[in-house]
Amino acid sequence: MARRYDSRTTIFSPEGRLYQVEYAMEAIGHAGTCLGIMASDGILLATEKRNTNKLLDEVSYSEKIYRLYDDMACSVAGITADANVLTNELRLIAQRYILQYQESIPCEQLVSTLCDVKQAYTQFGGKRPFGVSILYMGWDKHYGFQLYQSDPSGNYGGWKATCIGNNSANAISLLKQEYKDDNTINLSAALDLSIKVLAKTLDMTKLTPDKVEIATLTRENNKTVMRILKDSEVEVHIKKYEEEEARLEAEKKKEADKKKAEKSDK
Amino acid sequence: MECLIGIQGKDFVLIATDTISARSVVAMKDDHDKMYPLSNNLLMAVCGEAGDSIQFSEYIAKNVQLYKMRNGYELSPSAAANFTRRNMAESLRSSRSHLVNLLIAGYDKEEGPSLYFLDYLASLNKMPFAIHGHGSLFALSIMDKYYEKDLDFAGASALLMKCITEIQKRFIVNLGKFRVRTVDKDGIHDKGTVAPEPVVAA
Repeated sequence: MARRYDSRTTIFSPEGRLYQVEYAMEAIGHAGTCLGIMASDGILLATEKRNTNKLLDEVSYSEKIYRLYDDMACSVAGITADANVLTNELRLIAQRYILQYQESIPCEQLVSTLCDVKQAYTQFGGKRPFGVSILYMGWDKHYGFQLYQSDPSGNYGGWKATCIGNNSANAISLLKQEYKDDNTINLSAALDLSIKVLAKTLDMTKLTPDKVEIATLTRENNKTVMRILKDSEVEVHIKKYEEEEARLEAEKKKEADKKKAEKSDK
Repeated sequence: MECLIGIQGKDFVLIATDTISARSVVAMKDDHDKMYPLSNNLLMAVCGEAGDSIQFSEYIAKNVQLYKMRNGYELSPSAAANFTRRNMAESLRSSRSHLVNLLIAGYDKEEGPSLYFLDYLASLNKMPFAIHGHGSLFALSIMDKYYEKDLDFAGASALLMKCITEIQKRFIVNLGKFRVRTVDKDGIHDKGTVAPEPVVAA
């Protein structure tokens, strides 16, 4: 009976683990990549689009980035059906807060309230945890721009830059190398960085605008502005990245040629 | 019978309440405090059914405190006022509603001072000055005539004196002295009590 502790979400294994929760996290490891980067003048979410079948009809707003209320948006990695339930819940939580206080819900409160729901599904019997990790970007008057991540266990945390989904460990280590402090990096630099990280972590030879979806969140005239980047704008950043890569490649080649020449001289 | 007066100044809000605790036609007490601090920069003045006033204002005060503990920051005055209104509106539509009228004074770092008027029918209004009770019949016209934007404390106190003197002069009920507090960027300040000038027979 190897599966004695697998079948129920609410039962600990002898090593004190909750297998169902771990399996849910594992499922997310295979989902489309999402990454978020915080900058001094804004914040961005970038996601990998996997459904690129040309027969698919276009969606109205975006495929994997959901607007929650005026000041917040999220992107999801995992089971899309579960994600739809959770985004619906997020929107309800946000509206309930507005109904009570006539004010937007502060970012962390929304995340933590949703995580209470996620946590409940790991503890109460007969339920399967939500197979969804979520990246949230938002702005509130208390802490300004914020980036949060939550996972199926109900854990959440605030980040300056992070990644969930396929190959996220690599993306995070790359972000760790490249990310400069949020006071110095601006949104345009963050966009370049997001393209670079996606290009290096996604399993494809060439990054194309129809494979990624990028949303930015900024503040203009005391209002939060959210925007999905157009394909042409994404193209510009991809071009810039490719030129930079080509330049580095050429430099490397030159260096190697030089070394080779020195060797043959001797 | 009771009277709550609120005046918003340049960088503060002044609240004055009468200090009579009455039962039927009898004044039981003349040093009753009708104000409840909700947080560092939020003060609520309450009048109406005696038991309801305590029950409702304590419920609101504790919930505002709970919010601060849960989240590490305070509710803004407008959020607190709307939260109070929501609770009042829900209570109004229950089997037994709270019969209380409120003034909420607050100071917010970004928004500055604000004064909210809330009655037992859950109508909430942001006002430069506000009065609850029969006193408003006599004093609102004085406020209309003499209120100016950006009053300082001396100006607001002088306006308050005008109001309570008129109330003393015309209102059949003696409201005695008024307790005065202000709310500004540094918090809630006790300004003692003021008594209306004695009426001199012409």
